[in-house]
Amino acid sequence: MKKIKEPGMSVIVKTVARLVARVMLLFGFYVVLHGQVTHGGGFAGGVVMALVFILIMLAYGKEGALRTFSRTGALTTAGIGLILLVAIAFTGYWRGHFFANFLGQGWPFEFWSAGVIPFLNIAIGLVVLGSLYGIFAALTHFHSEEEEKQ
Amino acid sequence: MNELYILFGLMIIGAIAAIEMEDLLSSVISVSAVGLGLSMAFLVLKAPDMAFTQLIVEILCLIILIRATIKKDLPFSTSGRWILNTTITIFFIVVFLGAVSLALMELPEFGHPLMKVGEIYLRDGFAQTGATNLVAAILQDYRAYDRLGEVAVLFVSFIGVLAILRREGRVSAAESKKDLI
Repeated sequence: MKKIKEPGMSVIVKTVARLVARVMLLFGFYVVLHGQVTHGGGFAGGVVMALVFILIMLAYGKEGALRTFSRTGALTTAGIGLILLVAIAFTGYWRGHFFANFLGQGWPFEFWSAGVIPFLNIAIGLVVLGSLYGIFAALTHFHSEEEEKQ
Repeated sequence: MNELYILFGLMIIGAIAAIEMEDLLSSVISVSAVGLGLSMAFLVLKAPDMAFTQLIVEILCLIILIRATIKKDLPFSTSGRWILNTTITIFFIVVFLGAVSLALMELPEFGHPLMKVGEIYLRDGFAQTGATNLVAAILQDYRAYDRLGEVAVLFVSFIGVLAILRREGRVSAAESKKDLI
């Protein structure tokens, strides 16, 4: 048998990563969207979502991960999240003061409650997702470039 | 409010001195004076937690910056005048221990905090924000400035990593070094 050196880890790791990744991403979305009702929030959910792509990068290697989520995509995601955060803050300024909670409170324990907090959670989740994954991707890229030189 | 204006005046003077100073070490110390003034301003504005955070971060940054600006190691003499040195050291240890023990006497009893902010959060947090997760209510509503700062720090660190590790800068630096040789 001829051994072909594939990027990434073994078949077992790749299969498990493929099966688990979408569920993890869904869980991350859940944590971000339900931050105002249950535990978690933008930061925790963003970390979970970033870990999905870091898992893909560990299992499938640098190329496979950058095909699913490029570095420019990470930068765009983080930028959109930060712009959304500042936009919400300035909309609050227009309605009273900076970061004012200008939406209605809604019903407790419902999804649409706590006014502006869910949108802030989404914005924070986007920034954390893009930044954490982007930092990891940039460091991995740097490492592999150094190896290529040697 | 007068002490606040005095603090702000000192901070502005320190910032101007930091820009105008020729010596790098002196300007670092002037910047640290600005940071310590900011922590005292937090204390005057009745935000002791922010004051502690600011003080710790400021001291860490000051140590790192001083270590970065001093080129050679600080002189550390081990010979001569050891009686005087030991006496001064013991004197300062005694003074600081006495001050710390006096300060510990003044602390409120466990379970009886002086801070009333947390009480207000617990009592009115749900009614004011409508969020059943009180942590989210505090972090994303009462302390939204903090959150904005944290997220901005994360984003800036991402851009910083990209800027430091970018390929073009390193390649051109290597080429320019070759040209020099």
